[in-house]
Amino acid sequence: MSAVIENHHDDHHHGPAKGLTRWLYTTNHKDIGTLYLWFSFAMFLIGGAMALVIRAELFQPGMQIVEPEFYNQMITLHGLIMIFGGVMPAFVGLANWLVPMMIGAPDMALPRMNNLSFWILPFAFFILLSSLFMDGGAPNFGWTFYAPLSTTYAPPSVTFFIFSVHIMGASSIMGAINVVVTIMNMRAPGVTLMKMPLFVWSWLITAYLLIAVMPVLAGAVTMMLMDIHFGTSFFNAAGGGDPVLFQHIFWFFGHPEVYIMILPAFGIVSHIIETFSRKQLFGYSSMVWAMLSIAILSFVVWAHHMFTVGLPLAAELFFMWATMLIAVPTGVKVFNWVATMFKGSLTFETPMLFAIAFVVLFTIGGLSGLMLAIVPADFQYHDTYFVVAHFHYVLVPGAIFSIMAAVYYWIPKWSGNMYDERLGKLHFWLSFIGVNVTFFPQHFIGLAGMPRRYPDYALQFADWNMVSSVGAFLFGVSQILFLFIVVKTVMGGKKATDQVWEGARGLEWTVASPAPYHTFTTPPKVD
Amino acid sequence: MSAQTYYVPEQSRFPIFMALSLFLLVMGASSTINNLDNPDSNSAYILYAGFISLFTTLFFWFRQVIKEHLAGLDSNQLKTSYVYGMAWFIFSEVMFFAAFFGALFYVRSFAVPWLSGEGENGVGISAIGLWEGFESSWPVMTTPDKGAEYALAEKSMAWPGWGHALEWLPLWNTIVLLSSSVTVHFAHIGLKNGDRKKFNRFLGITVGLALIFVGLQAAEYYEAYAHYGLTLNSGIYGSTFFMLTGFHGFHVMMGGFMLAVMLARSVFAGHFEDHDHFGFEAASWYWHFVDVVWVMLFLFVYIL
Repeated sequence: MSAVIENHHDDHHHGPAKGLTRWLYTTNHKDIGTLYLWFSFAMFLIGGAMALVIRAELFQPGMQIVEPEFYNQMITLHGLIMIFGGVMPAFVGLANWLVPMMIGAPDMALPRMNNLSFWILPFAFFILLSSLFMDGGAPNFGWTFYAPLSTTYAPPSVTFFIFSVHIMGASSIMGAINVVVTIMNMRAPGVTLMKMPLFVWSWLITAYLLIAVMPVLAGAVTMMLMDIHFGTSFFNAAGGGDPVLFQHIFWFFGHPEVYIMILPAFGIVSHIIETFSRKQLFGYSSMVWAMLSIAILSFVVWAHHMFTVGLPLAAELFFMWATMLIAVPTGVKVFNWVATMFKGSLTFETPMLFAIAFVVLFTIGGLSGLMLAIVPADFQYHDTYFVVAHFHYVLVPGAIFSIMAAVYYWIPKWSGNMYDERLGKLHFWLSFIGVNVTFFPQHFIGLAGMPRRYPDYALQFADWNMVSSVGAFLFGVSQILFLFIVVKTVMGGKKATDQVWEGARGLEWTVASPAPYHTFTTPPKVD
Repeated sequence: MSAQTYYVPEQSRFPIFMALSLFLLVMGASSTINNLDNPDSNSAYILYAGFISLFTTLFFWFRQVIKEHLAGLDSNQLKTSYVYGMAWFIFSEVMFFAAFFGALFYVRSFAVPWLSGEGENGVGISAIGLWEGFESSWPVMTTPDKGAEYALAEKSMAWPGWGHALEWLPLWNTIVLLSSSVTVHFAHIGLKNGDRKKFNRFLGITVGLALIFVGLQAAEYYEAYAHYGLTLNSGIYGSTFFMLTGFHGFHVMMGGFMLAVMLARSVFAGHFEDHDHFGFEAASWYWHFVDVVWVMLFLFVYIL
């Protein structure tokens, strides 16, 4: 027995295996994190290309480029790919890279399951994308797949969609269990809960949300499958069911899901703002409590997506007030970020630029969300481009900017090289301008009454749609620059120091750059 | 606990094989389901291949984990990770059932009454002349479309009254499953006291009770389909009844299979020590979870 144990001692000094099997069979959290991040970037480009098809069609009124049926498939796949293939795997990739290093653990708690969680995803998205080539085309009912569009009137490929969602869900649940167990069980001695870095806290809460709601999504798609193929009537009033039931179940998953896509961003931005303000983060414990309150409230606000389906008045009022309540902890967070910067010695490297843009633009998205929470106002705004503008503001300059910020901030630690600061800033400004030119005008056309999800629109919306499309192409093309910067950094560049950033705090900055293949074979000392 | 003994497993082929198996499984399932009306379709073979490779991978993966454990590679910390992991997995299963219970409560409290014209929403529905003559009740034996699209059941599975209580299978199922939770606990006590005979005997009884439960459930389904006309196609009562009890029955089979594997490990390989038996403990947690779900089902699907 002892021989086996000694062997494994030697392994810690080994580097990664050679060749393709390194990636196929790996149990290393850094390898798996890298896989997640590259996968999510590939999905980001595919989903982004679909967004550009949408914006190209909407460049002018009238039908120009694609058939309406194909347009519907594009909006559906764009949403699904960006959410389940882009944002979520990117955050899981960051968690894989960073959580073990931040808490002083040698790896994730369950390394083989970690690899499984990743490798399900390419298969799931292969199935989803292959539906484009099936009879009747890809899913065309929007990413929210409301019944009966997704049941009675769905194309045959919906069955493939349902099962790919099932395995994506399994991947997310396993990934989340791994994160929770790692954080609960693998912290180095001295890393108490209230000393954990905020990114770790944000992921602990996110993982809890994932484990709680991904099974509910599985339940929803299972009911769809049964309604479509096996004669049940969950979502069919003729049999005593209710299509609105679908919306309730979907949004019980869907609302926590949107916080799953923003809580890790809160963690990332807190670290970056702290570092480049060269000050301790303002209000650490209130940040933790704010995230916890947001997570708990996220379970009781789902019907604010459904104000126009005919809810009883009491329900409308309850969900309106509960939703508005979320503004309080969110306000605490924004206040704390600003207070951290107040009187700090600020510098504006690329990660900081993205983080500050996050605070400003996410707040805009949050405020438009507050407008949408007001029931009578929502009767007007519901399903208009105002909603599209709102959730793209929280997802693109929110979630995605935070992911980009994280990449710039930690890539010196991952690769051992500094990125090109000049190009990074160029990428930031192009993205910043692109995002705002794309989505800000959508507030105007939405308030003026343009409905979402249509390939054509009335003439009075033409000008702002054209502006929005130009912005979208600017934003899309600038991401090629991002790819170039990342590849360039990985290939070489100025060597990074271990500390990397002058104001950086945390265990990950105490190890070498690039971080060794196995970190913390003995627990680090934390006071 | 010291980090020196922490064991990061070597590279492993199992995860990628597992992912591939899941891919085959869902590709096969989707194509088979889409081709149910097509007798020439051979997509079911993909499904079978998926099942076979899934079970093979699981077998070798678990065998590897057990071997590593017996070789003393697991630190206490890793054991704790398994404990937490199992607990959170069961929580995810709870949430899966929550979706179906949520659907049940929603249709019972809102959808069915509204369809019959009750409440503000119901007034709207009847004002436009939809589903006239549909009366709200639970279990609903008619459908709003009066069976135009759905087949009407003659009889429900609800509580038949004290006079017929003893012929009522769900009551027996409840007795069987609750007893099995007790016997699995006795087995646990036996193991903790180092009494392997007692462990094997009570674990064997538990697996037997699981089989009886599944058998009774099958008899109940047969009765529903053959004599009551109650099917998946009988409107929302049939939908919720079969999906809730069906998923529960599926979990009973999984839990019973896990316990049977533990029994085989103990009988044939002499696994588990009085202080070291988390494999069994995890399976028994799962079993108690399945039991609790049944109590909820018994209350909300059968009795109330």
